[in-house]
Amino acid sequence: MMVNPADPTLSSALADATERALLEAEIRLPPDVLAALRRAAAAERDEIARRELGNILENIAFAEERRVPICQDTGVPVVYLTLPPDIGLSPALFEGVREGVQRATAAIPLRPNVVDPLTRENTGDNTGAGMPAVHVTPGERLTVTVLPKGAGSENVSRIGMLLPSQAKEIPKFVAETMLLAGGKPCPPVILGVGIGGTFDMAAALAKEALLLPVDVMGDFEAELCDAVNALGIGPMGLGGDTTALSVKVKRADCHTASLPVAVNVQCWACRRATVEVKR
Amino acid sequence: MPAGDRGGEALNLTTPLGAEVLDLRAGDTVTLSGTIYTARDEAHLRMMEEGIPFDSEGAAVYHCGPVVQDGRLVVAGPTTSARMNRLTGFLIDAGVRALVGKGGMGQEVVEHLRGHGVYLALTGGCAALAAARMTLKGVYFEDLGMAEAVWVIEADHLPLTVGIDAHGGDLFRAVREKAKTQFHQRFNTKQDTVS
Repeated sequence: MMVNPADPTLSSALADATERALLEAEIRLPPDVLAALRRAAAAERDEIARRELGNILENIAFAEERRVPICQDTGVPVVYLTLPPDIGLSPALFEGVREGVQRATAAIPLRPNVVDPLTRENTGDNTGAGMPAVHVTPGERLTVTVLPKGAGSENVSRIGMLLPSQAKEIPKFVAETMLLAGGKPCPPVILGVGIGGTFDMAAALAKEALLLPVDVMGDFEAELCDAVNALGIGPMGLGGDTTALSVKVKRADCHTASLPVAVNVQCWACRRATVEVKR
Repeated sequence: MPAGDRGGEALNLTTPLGAEVLDLRAGDTVTLSGTIYTARDEAHLRMMEEGIPFDSEGAAVYHCGPVVQDGRLVVAGPTTSARMNRLTGFLIDAGVRALVGKGGMGQEVVEHLRGHGVYLALTGGCAALAAARMTLKGVYFEDLGMAEAVWVIEADHLPLTVGIDAHGGDLFRAVREKAKTQFHQRFNTKQDTVS
């Protein structure tokens, strides 16, 4: 049965799910991210780095215990929806997400981070023109996934339009991104790498890569991760073995004359949560 | 505890800070207690225009935009300090002895701190941990909004690493130089290909 696109109950159910997903994401790290952090802390050889990782693990426990956000930069919400065949794409979906973000901002609370890009005037509720970003894909069930993205790491993300002959230089581009970023993005980082598609798609793929489980890596991902960790930037740029916890790659085919590569840098607090919408 | 007392393994600093910070070296572990003031980009600009609203002699300025609810600090981790590189000199000139933040600061700040003060690194993202050791005491420039206002905070043994000392020592720069060398060796590039 086709759900009425203007259905207020759908919008309201989506608002509930968005709010719940944000609460979950902000106060508790996903198990795969936590496992990667614990593994890194156990393997780290540098004394300062070990202390930094110890603070991070202590902070994660504090946040969960006190039900407060892991980081004061509660980010801007990036939202991914999967829509089953019986639900049409409608403004009600976007309105529901928007309402969920507004409610979460007041209730959790979240820091209001969304401003006009030029006047810098704060909207006060983490929504605004074009925000939150909502990405929609078909799926079996109606789910909402949130990825609250902080600015420290987002600001050092990069896109490069490489030459088709430069495929072998992708590890260099990825490592160079972290060389330029240093301690600014709160390492140990997780890098989402988007390869191929078009200029805009590569960036979207890089961000979607951050939704993948970080405690497993393919050979190419591990090669990229090793290249980054060889830099010795360490937690918070204070030196050490652990600069990247994980590198995740998503790719798409592209124009024969193009090789877009995007690196979306994510701090250690790779916050994400998925909630199925009850309807 | 008076400023400079060594309690346990880390030296405990208490504001207002004095000459004891000049003895610190990049890489040392310290804790910081006493009154500290948050300031981000907008607060720096406002203080340049209207003057510093608190007693800056021996003060510690914390690069932080906390989450505050009902007069309580919910979470309060450090923000990226490098954004304030060009906005920091006047604070050090006014007697500020410690900058607290994450990610390190530029060479102009390293030079400005020489003989005057230190940059202390707090683990980025550790906002719940930091807030557990802080009590909110007051606020200046509240009209700038939650993230940009100057919050007056009583800190209790914040765990910090000396990132930049008063002798020109900069742990972040040392790590960056090593990272550059590693990069150029691994990818066989010339030293001038990365800015």
